[in-house]
Amino acid sequence: MQNEPLLRVDGLRVEFPGRRGTLVAVDDVSFDIAPGEVLGVVGESGAGKSMTGSAIIGLLEPPGRIAGGSISLDGRRIDNLPYEEMRRIRGKHIGAIFQDPLTSLNPLYSVGRQLVETITTHSDISEKAARDRALALLQEVGIPAPERRIDQYPHQFSGGMRQRVVIALALCANPRLIVADEPTTALDVSIQAQIIALLKRLCREHGTAVMLVTHDMGVIAETADRVAVMYAGRIAEIGPVRDVIKNPRHPYTVGLMGSIPRMGHDAERLTQIDGSMPRLTEIPAGCAFNPRCPYVFDRCRVERPDRMAVAPFHEAACWKYADGVGHA
Amino acid sequence: MRDAAPAKPGKGPLVKVVDLARYFDVSPPLLNRMLEGKPRQILRAVDGVDFAIGKGETFSLVGESGCGKSTVARLAVGLYRATRGSIEFDGHDFGRMTRRQDMAPIRSRIQMIFQDPYASLNPRWRVREIIAEPIRAYRLLSGDRAINARVDELLRQVRLTPADGTKYPHEFSGGQRQRISIARALASNPEFLVCDEPTSALDVSVQAQILNLMKDLQRELGLTYLFISHNLAVVYHISDRVGVMYLGRLAEVAPARALFRRPRHPYTRMLLDTIPDMDMTGRQRMPVAGEVPSPINPPSGCAFHPRCPFANDRCKVERPNPLPHDDALVACHGVEEGRVPEGPIAAPRAA
Ligand SMILES: Nc1ncnc2c1ncn2[C@@H]1O[C@H](COP(=O)(O)OP(=O)(O)OP(=O)(O)O)[C@@H](O)[C@H]1O
Ligand SMILES: Nc1ncnc2c1ncn2[C@@H]1O[C@H](COP(=O)(O)OP(=O)(O)O)[C@@H](O)[C@H]1O
Ligand code: SF4
Ligand code: SF4
Ligand SMILES: [Mg+2]
Ligand SMILES: [Mg+2]
Repeated sequence: MQNEPLLRVDGLRVEFPGRRGTLVAVDDVSFDIAPGEVLGVVGESGAGKSMTGSAIIGLLEPPGRIAGGSISLDGRRIDNLPYEEMRRIRGKHIGAIFQDPLTSLNPLYSVGRQLVETITTHSDISEKAARDRALALLQEVGIPAPERRIDQYPHQFSGGMRQRVVIALALCANPRLIVADEPTTALDVSIQAQIIALLKRLCREHGTAVMLVTHDMGVIAETADRVAVMYAGRIAEIGPVRDVIKNPRHPYTVGLMGSIPRMGHDAERLTQIDGSMPRLTEIPAGCAFNPRCPYVFDRCRVERPDRMAVAPFHEAACWKYADGVGHA
Repeated sequence: MRDAAPAKPGKGPLVKVVDLARYFDVSPPLLNRMLEGKPRQILRAVDGVDFAIGKGETFSLVGESGCGKSTVARLAVGLYRATRGSIEFDGHDFGRMTRRQDMAPIRSRIQMIFQDPYASLNPRWRVREIIAEPIRAYRLLSGDRAINARVDELLRQVRLTPADGTKYPHEFSGGQRQRISIARALASNPEFLVCDEPTSALDVSVQAQILNLMKDLQRELGLTYLFISHNLAVVYHISDRVGVMYLGRLAEVAPARALFRRPRHPYTRMLLDTIPDMDMTGRQRMPVAGEVPSPINPPSGCAFHPRCPFANDRCKVERPNPLPHDDALVACHGVEEGRVPEGPIAAPRAA
């Protein structure tokens, strides 16, 4: 990595205590993100992507809780802060974008009022200056004629425009880190392309670090510098995006890449990973992928693999690589 | 010449749709209209589409949200009545049939699969009952033994086991539920399956399982598919021919490979440009400006003209009709006049 990490997640564990025992939704997850870097996080639904994101922004819904590991922003622990202090950090240093823009917008306030309020709570400027900044932000995220739109209400915007407003809101305080959880999943393809171009540009121009959660490998390929592939609460593989996509090492990633239909690739059948990801209550012993893995061998069924280096900056949690293949 | 001829020669079309339209009255209540002086509002969800599907063929519709794909799907299974035009299935025109019994001779031969397999499965029924229901409804078999044997066969056909029949839908994953809805759809021995976004709610690895299953079943049973999706890569993979819809009309109809290799309509080209580049060729994509306008007051002339870099005065007033270009049908004045150049479009950038 060229830069000091801005975000460092180390051994993160998220649990849901319940009547019938404790579910482990995120298990020993570690990664970091440098300023200006986009880390993509992919995986099927239930893999633990959103719980990882929620833990970072300090918005895990109880009874969910961080049960182990640490999260640091700029060298400072943020996983054990009192609620109010975390709220301040969230407003000032971390921006959040969710799949449904309506969860981030108040239907009763005009878009301008929401922006101005957010701006004035985080910096000491006049109402007038805040409004000018709000206009500039709307312009920046590609809302045409912002002077005309700023006093309108969220319901007067289309889905794609609302998501732009949410991005503008997330940018109000010039955050160092943006956590975007499926920001384009609910949008049409043409709008999706626009939002992704926007996120990329912001990241480049402001040096913002972005954690981009999605189940869409295509979006990752376009946007991310590095990618983490999650399976059953753990990171199966992590590495530079080109490397992981062109030369996946973990058998799950290999299967996943083959299962994606691609334009111009004429395959009669898609690669099929039989079965489905286990529920949290039924995670098998050893490697969680072992019941579906075409390469499974004895060790996989008893011992859980940790991540090991398979190429420079590229790691996979798979016993196939235990003999030091590709060790840098 | 407004027919899109089916790709597979020597076989007549099984399904033929001509000038199909479906409007919805979305006016405010009469009292409000009178008090506020508002006019009646008609939404043209589907406004004149033509296509034909050959036996054993997969014809797909793609397009952005609200362009009318699901409305065509519901028309094609008789869930909606057409406002205009016809839908012929094996020679029977049922587009405007009003009485349920008029459709009786063909009803069991056409089935539908929906996006959300959970919503379409009765949660209180066991899977075995769910799959047996069409067999009983159409009186295809009598006696529990015969029906059970048939259900076992259907479960195996969708790669589940007879033992799964005793469970309830909530005990299954999303992909398995979609298998159950496919088994139910197959129970009446249909020839024509209308599949509305059957994999859009599924993870890609599960989507691959369902797409593979659908292809296998098509081969085994000689099925004809009308397949609907907003995902161009999925459509490329599954289809023989593709229709690209925009605001209730077909912009372009072409064999799948030709459409993706040589898209002609500016909207098709814009859509293709939105696909993320998985092969990481470094291709620069041009995000296009604008969004799909409301179908209540669609733009005049060519509905795509406000977003089209090739629009001219004619496009703003005259609605383009589909015209043949090689093996494609393209509804575009620019293409007809030869003023839309080949190659990538330098579309106006997002504002
Ligand atoms: N029953 C209805 N009453 C009124 N309007 C309707 C009705 N059904 C559909 N529409 C409208 O018709 C248009 C086409 O809808 P349709 O569901 O066919 O779109 P679609 O292409 O399937 O979109 P999506 O990709 O979002 O599923 C939309 O503007 C929709 O709001
Ligand atoms: N309130 C909760 N109680 C118990 N388990 C939960 C709760 N919320 C989420 N989970 C579980 O945590 C796991 C990870 O969820 P999530 O991070 O949302 O997955 P993803 O975003 O990758 O789809 C899932 O198995 C989910 O069922
Ligand atoms: S550890 Fe074993 S079971 Fe797990 S992915 Fe590697 S080879 Fe397959
Ligand atoms: S008819 Fe005109 S506006 Fe419509 S797609 Fe063709 S060139 Fe563009
Ligand atoms: Mg999620
Ligand atoms: Mg639909």
